[in-house]
Amino acid sequence: MKVIAKERIAENLTKLVIESPLIAKKALPGQFVVLMAAKVGERVPLTIVDADRQKQTITIIFQEVGYTTRLLGTLKPNDSLYSLVGPLGKPTPIKNYGRVIVLGGGVGIAELLPLVRALKGAGCTITSILGGRTAELVILRDQVKEFSDDMYITTDDGSLGEKGVVTDPLKRLLDESSDYGLVFCVGPVPMMKAVSEVTRLFKIKIVVCLNPIMVDGTGMCGCCRVTVGGETKFTCVDGPDFDGYEVDFDELMARQKRFVQHEKQAMCKLDKQINNEASWERNDDG
Amino acid sequence: MMAKPSPKQTPMRKQPPRERVKNFNEVPYGYSQEEAILEAKRCLQCKNPTCISGCPVEIDIPAFIKLIVEKDFKGSIRKMKEKNCLPAICGRVCPQEEQCQKVCVLAKMAEPVSIGRLERFIADWEAKQAKPEVPRKKRSTGKKVAVVGGGPAGLSCAGELVKLGQKVTIFEALHEMGGVLVYGIPEFRLPNDIVEREVEYIHSLGVEIVKSFVVGKLKTIDELLKKFDAIFIGTGAGLPWFMDLPGENYNGIYSANEYLTRSNLMKAYLFPQYDTPIVKGKQVAVIGGGNVAMDSVRTALRLGAEKAMIIYRRSRVEMPARNEEIHHAEEEGIIFEFLTLPVAYHADSKGWVKEMECLRMKLGEPDASGRRRPVPIEGSNFKIPVDVVVVAIGNSPNPLVPNTTPGLEIGKKGNIVIDEKTGKTSKKGVFAGGDIATGAATVISAMGAGKVAARAIDEYVRTGEW
Repeated sequence: MKVIAKERIAENLTKLVIESPLIAKKALPGQFVVLMAAKVGERVPLTIVDADRQKQTITIIFQEVGYTTRLLGTLKPNDSLYSLVGPLGKPTPIKNYGRVIVLGGGVGIAELLPLVRALKGAGCTITSILGGRTAELVILRDQVKEFSDDMYITTDDGSLGEKGVVTDPLKRLLDESSDYGLVFCVGPVPMMKAVSEVTRLFKIKIVVCLNPIMVDGTGMCGCCRVTVGGETKFTCVDGPDFDGYEVDFDELMARQKRFVQHEKQAMCKLDKQINNEASWERNDDG
Repeated sequence: MMAKPSPKQTPMRKQPPRERVKNFNEVPYGYSQEEAILEAKRCLQCKNPTCISGCPVEIDIPAFIKLIVEKDFKGSIRKMKEKNCLPAICGRVCPQEEQCQKVCVLAKMAEPVSIGRLERFIADWEAKQAKPEVPRKKRSTGKKVAVVGGGPAGLSCAGELVKLGQKVTIFEALHEMGGVLVYGIPEFRLPNDIVEREVEYIHSLGVEIVKSFVVGKLKTIDELLKKFDAIFIGTGAGLPWFMDLPGENYNGIYSANEYLTRSNLMKAYLFPQYDTPIVKGKQVAVIGGGNVAMDSVRTALRLGAEKAMIIYRRSRVEMPARNEEIHHAEEEGIIFEFLTLPVAYHADSKGWVKEMECLRMKLGEPDASGRRRPVPIEGSNFKIPVDVVVVAIGNSPNPLVPNTTPGLEIGKKGNIVIDEKTGKTSKKGVFAGGDIATGAATVISAMGAGKVAARAIDEYVRTGEW
């Protein structure tokens, strides 16, 4: 559970390499861990972006948007997590789907990486479409490109690739040919919803990877429940991958906002902690 | 000649209802030495005691009580621990009124001896001493046993096995040991530091403890069988039921498991000192009539609910919760809506639950459980304003191990099929017990099952005979 390496890969995006021989040995693409940064911390799920069996490490990448992710961002090499459990969730089935389109948005691009690597290994022909608000947030594009036969990039502000959203190149590609065995998408919920709507028009199978709020991550609490095809599913044990046509994205978006007020309160606490530490440092200087 | 025992139990002092609804501290204070001795003296010391047969772990009840009368508290706890390694827990959460106290000879003419309170007293007495005594163990057999799940079944199985001379490792999926004792039962009924203390005792006996280890994911049962001579599965009933009602996934609707896990295990009641949040409803409805429902509704009250309600489809007499828990809930001002069945939820524009639509019920003919079946009264729909709902209608056995273990016979309800006398499953070397085998039941029955399996495991690893 020791942090081996840490890297800031973009504004607010942090990568941690964590020592975990057993998880590294078992982890498959699509699976996640649930971790706690401190004894008083909350349990948060994060996708396993890489698992290195030789070095006995796993890699996670997260956006420092909330209280716990910011706290995780303060960890340094040699620090330890309070708890780490995994690999959880069903792995993404890997086989030769023929031609495949994969789409990633924001921190979702990191979650795409183990998948493109495995799909490429299985012989798929991969077109990847990456999107972000601005150039800096389209992370890991060289790594994704390494396993892609073709790649498109979109940014909201036009600072990289084409100005627009990932569904723009997706529509063009599907207009040209609908001969794709699979479309896979991971990113913010509104993006997964939009991508699913586009693929529906072309009747192509779409798999989305969900990342809802969880507590135990082993099917015990139902915090991560989501409606899929009119039925309630637990993302932690039934997912995290689901058929994009069937997911009730609107419900998921509402459920993601359950603790917005609490998050604000927690952030105030964090700011105070950071300010206190800063003032101690100033005292040391003086 | 001995004085005739008082017909009444020595009362246990407790926090007044108005005070205790504002905190998460334990409700009863426990007996003082004087009170304990007074109560212990009520025991008739029957030549042929019936109480022992009422105890799933066969505690020598008259013997430990006699030692309390003699003020030999050390001897008393030693006697207790011959049979039960988790007395502080059992003294608090066992349904004694249905077990040992029900068959107490005194119960025929007066109130039975309060065996549970005496058990609690003697365990708490020991906790105040410098260090608990560690009993002698049998010579090591060199055999290794894996216990899957750190709840009551697993703890009791491990505690027994280690005393019999086996090398035991417990694998727990969560980051804390105790299973339902720490995630489920609230602090005001069973403080987590008491569970921690008894887990520490099991550890001191030589049991190895591995946390955050999900068997079925990190290692399968088959993989564990390569390293261990036998395995005990005690993974509990951890899959919460929902009712499949329209709107059940609206914000503010929790399973009891989630609600209690957030509050108890993750300490959300101390937010923001602890990081895990919980929505503190003002109008909280808890659906169900069992102990878990009582725990949830009393938690809601302590989290600041103005109105905390139990919604139950039958009437008070059919409620499966312990009388003591129902009584505590009533004292605290919990509102009981009997003969009421939720049928749908209604939300505001942002997806937060605001109303629960219900039907009134009436009692019909008795059903399979012997209780009168609730029948909906057509057209009786009405709405209750709510901002938090907790669904506490039960749990299924956790499917993680059954789904990843070929050769394990699984019953209709997703339970692992066992031979009740030994805990043996259909797979050689693999035993199971507790809620994973029976479906949701009590802490003590799980402990009893763990103990039964421990004896069979001991025999199996010694002889190799299945």
